[in-house]
Amino acid sequence: MSLAQWSNLFVYASMAMYALAFIAFAVSFAATRPSPDAAPVEGAVASEPAAVSAGAGATAGAVTTADAAARARAEARARSAQLEAEMAAEARRSRWGGGGAPGGSDEALAPGRRAANIGMSLTWLATGLLLAGLVARGLWSGRAPWGNMYEYSLASALAISGVFLAFSLRRDVRWLGLLVSAASLITLGIAVLLLYNDSPQLVPALHSYWLIIHVSAAIISGGAFTVGAAATVLYLIADRAERVPGARISRSIAARIPDATTLDTLAYRTNAFVFPLWTFAVIAGAIWAEDAWGRYWGWDPKETWAFITWLVYAGYLHARATAGWRGRKAAVIGLIGFASFLINYFGVNLFAGGLHSYAGL
Amino acid sequence: MTAGPLDRARGPLTDVPDDGSPIAPPPDSGLPEDAALGADWGSARRRRTTGMGPRLGPIGWLRWGWRQLTSMRTALALLFLLAVASIPGSVLPQRGTDPIAVVDWIDGRPELGATLDRLGFFDVFVAPWFSAIYLLLFISLIGCVLPRIAAHWRAMRQPTPPAPRRLDRLAGATTWHTDDAGVLEAASTVLRAQRWRVTPGRDGEGAVGSLAAEKGFARETGNLLFHIALVLILVGVGLGAVFGWKGTVIVREGNGFANTLTQYDSFSPGRLASTEALPPFAFTMTDFDATFEREGSQRGAPRSFSAQLAYTPEPGAPVQSRVVTVNEPLRLDGAKVFLVGHGYAPHLRLTDASGRVVFDDTVVFLPQDGTFTSTGVLKAPDASPQLGFTAILAPTAIIDELGPRSVFPAPDNPGLFVSAFTGDLGLDDGVPSNVFQLETEDLEQLGLEGLAPGQSWELPDGAGTLEFVALERWASFTIAHDPGKALALAGSIAAILGLMLSLFVKRRRIWVRVDAAPSTQVLPHGASAPVTTGEDPSDGSISAPATVYRVQVAGLSRTEAADVVGEVQQLVVRLGGPVKEASS
Repeated sequence: MSLAQWSNLFVYASMAMYALAFIAFAVSFAATRPSPDAAPVEGAVASEPAAVSAGAGATAGAVTTADAAARARAEARARSAQLEAEMAAEARRSRWGGGGAPGGSDEALAPGRRAANIGMSLTWLATGLLLAGLVARGLWSGRAPWGNMYEYSLASALAISGVFLAFSLRRDVRWLGLLVSAASLITLGIAVLLLYNDSPQLVPALHSYWLIIHVSAAIISGGAFTVGAAATVLYLIADRAERVPGARISRSIAARIPDATTLDTLAYRTNAFVFPLWTFAVIAGAIWAEDAWGRYWGWDPKETWAFITWLVYAGYLHARATAGWRGRKAAVIGLIGFASFLINYFGVNLFAGGLHSYAGL
Repeated sequence: MTAGPLDRARGPLTDVPDDGSPIAPPPDSGLPEDAALGADWGSARRRRTTGMGPRLGPIGWLRWGWRQLTSMRTALALLFLLAVASIPGSVLPQRGTDPIAVVDWIDGRPELGATLDRLGFFDVFVAPWFSAIYLLLFISLIGCVLPRIAAHWRAMRQPTPPAPRRLDRLAGATTWHTDDAGVLEAASTVLRAQRWRVTPGRDGEGAVGSLAAEKGFARETGNLLFHIALVLILVGVGLGAVFGWKGTVIVREGNGFANTLTQYDSFSPGRLASTEALPPFAFTMTDFDATFEREGSQRGAPRSFSAQLAYTPEPGAPVQSRVVTVNEPLRLDGAKVFLVGHGYAPHLRLTDASGRVVFDDTVVFLPQDGTFTSTGVLKAPDASPQLGFTAILAPTAIIDELGPRSVFPAPDNPGLFVSAFTGDLGLDDGVPSNVFQLETEDLEQLGLEGLAPGQSWELPDGAGTLEFVALERWASFTIAHDPGKALALAGSIAAILGLMLSLFVKRRRIWVRVDAAPSTQVLPHGASAPVTTGEDPSDGSISAPATVYRVQVAGLSRTEAADVVGEVQQLVVRLGGPVKEASS
């Protein structure tokens, strides 16, 4: 069996594991029964007392009683109280794990937790298999394994899961597993069904070490954009649940994920992390284009949409800091940014043609 | 004044300078901006209460307009406008990249096409409305960044606000007691070693006192660097567009090119480019090679192109040899030669009725599809009678119900399918005509023939002989000079650096306060500070009965989700304070 066939085998196995992981996460989602009257925010506070004390409350153990003299409520004190509340919220938020999420310490969530843990294990397995598939593909072709749309899509699925798993090492993000496994599975499905490419060779334009630099930066950006968009979608749902009392579906979902602020922070951090990388991907592409086509920027459709994506995400980062735009509006802008990225990734190759349309379509 | 509210949820251009200082708020900080705007309105109105015209004076209007333009909302709107304005450039064909497709598009929809053309939709990226958007965006950016540079400069030179009266409400606040009179000094040393900017408090006296430390100014520095770098990139792009030039030329195997204006097939100079003094290089393409995928689903996909050039950097210089491929241009002083395309150029020899050879050269055929079915024409006005030919070249020829065509791009089985015409070619009356088209309406068709290399066709009526001598190739080169390139690259690198600083550096403060503990205070048993009387390690404060000091340390993050608690705890441990349990 050739390395290419091994690669295919790994990819199929990986898809099966992603499908199982998706099912496990879905089971976890369905099995998680939050208490009906616990709003997500209160739940988060209640289940994370340790986190609260990690913030401003950390003083409690060490402050001497001498300070009790300062009971008179000076103006500074009021300000400090506000600070404390914000610090506590910060500490709570920084854990990312939500109150009703299938990671909470509540006993009632046990069945959901077990399924979510199985889902996480399966996601690790699926991602490992996909990595093996990609490595086999690279060994077979003797080059970076992202030289056509098929391989690019495999690598993108790997990046989506990779970013998610990297998060999971630091925080409890099991509640994100359902969307992430779905995104990876869909990406792989498109790759295998529509984009399969059996050639190890590259078109002449790709014979460059910039293939490794530019394309890998774009792939990792894509993975992180996807995770950021998933968190943004969940944020919008949680936000709706917190604002609209009658939104039953939103409230039902929101009871199983962290509170809106946590989700917003996760989405922001992810997008803020990718933005410099995406900027680098675009600039590296420009340097490459200068070598390949004689100009560093030529408004090729791929370049144009990379630029649009960059602009919209820049808008997102600015909107988060502008009064009246923070929150929901900024989130919608973030999703428009992700849509631009998808258009750049699929749409341009499928419909627009141009210089970037070499990649096996 | 205590430190301002937590600077959370702030994006790149938004890290407010020290808001405890008398610095004017940046134009993006929502409320203060609107308030300032209102003040302007008020004063302007008072000045012109009796006027019939606008209620704002010209200066008032200018100020109002400037504030609007440099506000974050306007910048946001312009960002999105620019994004939306770019979309037609990717949907409609553009003259800059594919002028032929533009002509075809307009031909297909004449009315809509003409309207869109008038509005610049086929030259989106040089259209006035597109330029207007990005120029406004950059003016807005500059108007926002300049005051912030000044504000940041002041903030960096301004001392960090002294410790707030109550530290215990801040992040990681820790209090302990010690008899170490040098603890404040030690805190200062430790913090300075970690490159904190330390401002000693004014309330200090000997071992007692406070200090304020601040770190992370690079965040705003990076933020400003990023935005300045964007301006540099724009200037670089502009320099390239104004002083640069670019041309394309088709060169057949065995033929040469000298870098003068007349030799280009198309040439687009910048507005101020000096086209008289093009670098005087010349080259000959001695060989061109292309390979294609022969197996599997990608059969026919190109795999390598390489052009062998013999070039002289300037007249009289020794001839050098160089292979130019797609990612390896020929770099010459002042210009780069890029390989951008290729095609077939059959070598044809035409003998007219009188037996005279009237044409003996290669003819450029333009590929029509991925398998390089190519079309070309040969015009022989010197033949008597005049002869013209239109032909289809198939590098791997088959003939089926669709007519003659190619099934593979490599020249495995070349076939030239020629149509011969005679009559007045219309070349003598001075009207320019397309070299790739033959107007056949007024011509008489002589016949059709299929030829392989080496074969000849005796034209009907003894009009002459056409020989398909051999199949050669041509390559097209883009030759470009862009003096703004280096600046754009420098700007790009600076932009990435600035962006990383502005998104990853966190601005935070730590305060340390040491005061004399109430006399009843007894050092806790097992305190980490050594309780030794008489042997005070710090000189200067020889206090025989051990004075007990209370040490308070706390931090404040001025950026979203910065981990200042960890740093505070680290400092506490270095100073011999109580060790906290890990809080993650």
